[in-house]
Amino acid sequence: MNSSVIIFPGSNCDRDMDVALKKFGFKNKMVWHDDDELPNSDLIVLPGGFSYGDYLRCGSIAGKSKIIQSVIDFANSGGLVLGICNGFQILTETGLLKGVLQQNKNIEFICKNIFVKVNNSENKFFENIDKDVLELHIAHNEGNYFCSEDELKSLEDNNQIAAYYCSSDGKVDDKSNPNGAIKNIAGIFNEKKNILGMMPHPERMIDQSLSGEDGSIFFENLLKNL
Amino acid sequence: MEVNEKIAVDHGLKPDEYKKICDLLKRVPNLTELGIFSAMWNEHCSYKSSRLHLKKLNTKGKKVIQGPGENAGVIDIGDDDAIVFKIESHNHPSFIEPYQGASTGVGGIMRDVFTMGARPIANLNSIHFGSTQHKKTKNLLRGVVKGIGGYGNCIGVPTIAGQTCFDQSYNGNILVNAMTLGLVNKNKIFYSKAAGINKPVIYVGSKTGRDGIHGASMASAIFDDKIEEKKPTVQVGDPFTEKLLLEACLELMSDKSIIAIQDMGAAGLTSSSIEMASKGNLGIELHLDKVPCREEKMTPYEIMLSESQERMLIVLENGKEDSAKKIFDKWNLDFAVIGKTTTSKNIELYFEKEKVANVPIKFLANEAPMYDRPWKKTKLPQKIKFSNSDFKKLKFNDVIKKMISNPNICSKQWIWEQYDHTVMGDTIQKPGGDAGVVRVHGTKKAVASSVDSSASYCYAHPFTGGKQVVCEAWRNLVSVGAEPIAITNCLNFGNPEKKENMGEFVECIDGINEASKYLNFPVVSGNVSFYNETKDKGIKPTPTIGGVGLIKDYKNLMSMNFKSKGNAVLVIGKTEGSLDQSIFAKIILDERKGPPPEINLFNEKNNGETVLKLIKEKLVLSVHDVSLGGIMIGALKMCIAGSKGIKFNKFKNLINIYQYFFSEDQGRYIIEVDKNNLKKVESILKKNSVHFDLLGETRDKEIIINDELTFTVDKVTEFYKSWLYKYMS
Repeated sequence: MNSSVIIFPGSNCDRDMDVALKKFGFKNKMVWHDDDELPNSDLIVLPGGFSYGDYLRCGSIAGKSKIIQSVIDFANSGGLVLGICNGFQILTETGLLKGVLQQNKNIEFICKNIFVKVNNSENKFFENIDKDVLELHIAHNEGNYFCSEDELKSLEDNNQIAAYYCSSDGKVDDKSNPNGAIKNIAGIFNEKKNILGMMPHPERMIDQSLSGEDGSIFFENLLKNL
Repeated sequence: MEVNEKIAVDHGLKPDEYKKICDLLKRVPNLTELGIFSAMWNEHCSYKSSRLHLKKLNTKGKKVIQGPGENAGVIDIGDDDAIVFKIESHNHPSFIEPYQGASTGVGGIMRDVFTMGARPIANLNSIHFGSTQHKKTKNLLRGVVKGIGGYGNCIGVPTIAGQTCFDQSYNGNILVNAMTLGLVNKNKIFYSKAAGINKPVIYVGSKTGRDGIHGASMASAIFDDKIEEKKPTVQVGDPFTEKLLLEACLELMSDKSIIAIQDMGAAGLTSSSIEMASKGNLGIELHLDKVPCREEKMTPYEIMLSESQERMLIVLENGKEDSAKKIFDKWNLDFAVIGKTTTSKNIELYFEKEKVANVPIKFLANEAPMYDRPWKKTKLPQKIKFSNSDFKKLKFNDVIKKMISNPNICSKQWIWEQYDHTVMGDTIQKPGGDAGVVRVHGTKKAVASSVDSSASYCYAHPFTGGKQVVCEAWRNLVSVGAEPIAITNCLNFGNPEKKENMGEFVECIDGINEASKYLNFPVVSGNVSFYNETKDKGIKPTPTIGGVGLIKDYKNLMSMNFKSKGNAVLVIGKTEGSLDQSIFAKIILDERKGPPPEINLFNEKNNGETVLKLIKEKLVLSVHDVSLGGIMIGALKMCIAGSKGIKFNKFKNLINIYQYFFSEDQGRYIIEVDKNNLKKVESILKKNSVHFDLLGETRDKEIIINDELTFTVDKVTEFYKSWLYKYMS
């Protein structure tokens, strides 16, 4: 399977994502933001970091970068796009995903392990996943997902909520919400479920020596589904 | 403007230093030249009070590739891999403007590391604040933490360990010491020594503005009531630009175009250009109108003294300008040829075709003043005689609660959760352990690092304190299973013109040196920060030691959390029961006098090496060194980390229970051993003449002392973890 990771100036999880994708068997290519075309890919990943310094708003300048039109075309033609952390922020800035990511409720950067409950597994990202509560890792200052009531209703009606923050036993409550995200939303899909944006980093959870291994489950499963 | 003595004094020069400048030049300098002298001759750049003593430091070792004198130190970790590392202070700016001060501190130290061709792989920091009761402490802490995180998180380098202390001696002078480790191929290290004539001198990075003018002079002065007026001299950081600069520099370094490279840190363009030329014994000619400026009508004086961040000066091979420019264009960074190396051995500055300065470089570097300042020896204080009545009124459970939730002991999770400590995907020991550990990407190796200070010990007896800090760094590395290799030091002291402060400095260095030699733990880099004094009140002497060690196979990483119930717990090293200068004496008995705990370097080395042996032979399950708060706090931290309890053995000891549990005797570790291995462990310890006591046995949840339940581990965890969150909310 071919994947591509886009590097924006200020991306800083691009290498981590490259390592993770290759570890699980993807043939991954790195793509520079100033390029016009995407290489032939089954999956495009927008990695975490601080693209263009996150100036103006997180992800806003990346959302207007040269390569992004190709990403939008790829997504609109049904291609699989994954945005992690800053990548999620960029996807909302392009309009591919609804809503915005505001500053964390406690106005502090948060770096820690959290749990998410997979809400919809009828898609390429989570189909057949054998665990519905995953321990993942967050590291962000603006991960507080927000959208209008109408948008929330349509997300819920179309089953577009990918994952909720939850406790280790899968309970979705205020206590397990790290950043104040509306309804504990950790990640969402577009309507067709070929685009996933989420704040947690599966690529930091691919080794028992690191923060944990549930990220491996995500990548292994994703590869199987492609 | 005509330069005179008054203007020189306003620049922080002493009248006799000004006279020396005029004598050397055989004329009166112009304002630009005076500015350059003042920047090069201040304490921060010239080390004029410290140079004489720093020379004594033990800087050599088999694994040392580069000792002090470069942008950072370099050590060999095998297989052509080398670690570049250094610690640096950013104290004065952080007190005036905590966010920018701390964040540019982190930016500056990372530049020192990648200037040498290394990719930064870990950041650490040691931060000291005033009393938690002081009105400024909370805001300063919040700002500093945000600043450190704001920079490191954006660049994408994990902050893996640190240290936070509170003491009223920092009420008017906080300390922010930042440390960075980088990884480089040992055959591809870049240095700052220029070579060759007529080589182009290149300016890259951000544009030059008026920020930070005289920053280095500010860092060499004591504070007074008007310190807030100095805000404009604090530099403003832009981590995004630094990230681009990092990637662009590493890209340029992959071929052979660079002859020398130096970041523009303290005293900006002045010190970077002079340092490169001076090391190469060359002259340098700069055309200041070619320097990219972000403000209009900047004068040569301002351009030379600006401390705008994220800038580098490079001496390139001839003919490489175009290919180098392409790389900086790609990363959207300024690139300008601003001068060349010359045979003149002078720094010659031009502005719009007019010569605006011409000074022999040796006057600025070699001829900079060096002082043998008078200093006073500190006598070893008398030991305090504690009597039984001191302890009678105490309730053990209250003492535990007070100790474990003390600001200097409690969990610093509120701080390190604001730092990205997992980016780069190699952090195998996160903050909260004895040392942070990152894997050497793509290999079996891992590098451990910790940062420590013990200002109370250094204040009570600088020589012992100096030794102790080095030993503590050594123990922290041993505790995670790393072989200690080398250290970097950040020497934070008061006013060197006062003989007490100067004495503290001299004797701390002597202590550091003695331990460093004995443990074969050389100093490879560091910096000195004097004048940490506000309105005549100096800080306690605070040498901060950053240690670095190697774990050959990261699978052998050791951690401090108790692993399971029913295991034996041992204390390695002898417990004498001396409470003087312990945190227990201070906060429970309100006793601040007495000598610090003694250091026995033989035991220190022997105990540490034996613990490492036990780790290598996989005979221990967890290890933690005993430091602040003694055995009790050490054991409780292991309980908390592993969510396990402990049953302490009953004591037949002659010393009383408080002395046993809370003394801060040195050279000790607590280890957890599977009972099936206990005999073997005991025999190894005996064979190596290592003293040990059987401390107790791990339990499920209960913490039992004298057959009585004191607390459950959950309760103690709450005391330990909640204090700082409550304080900051």
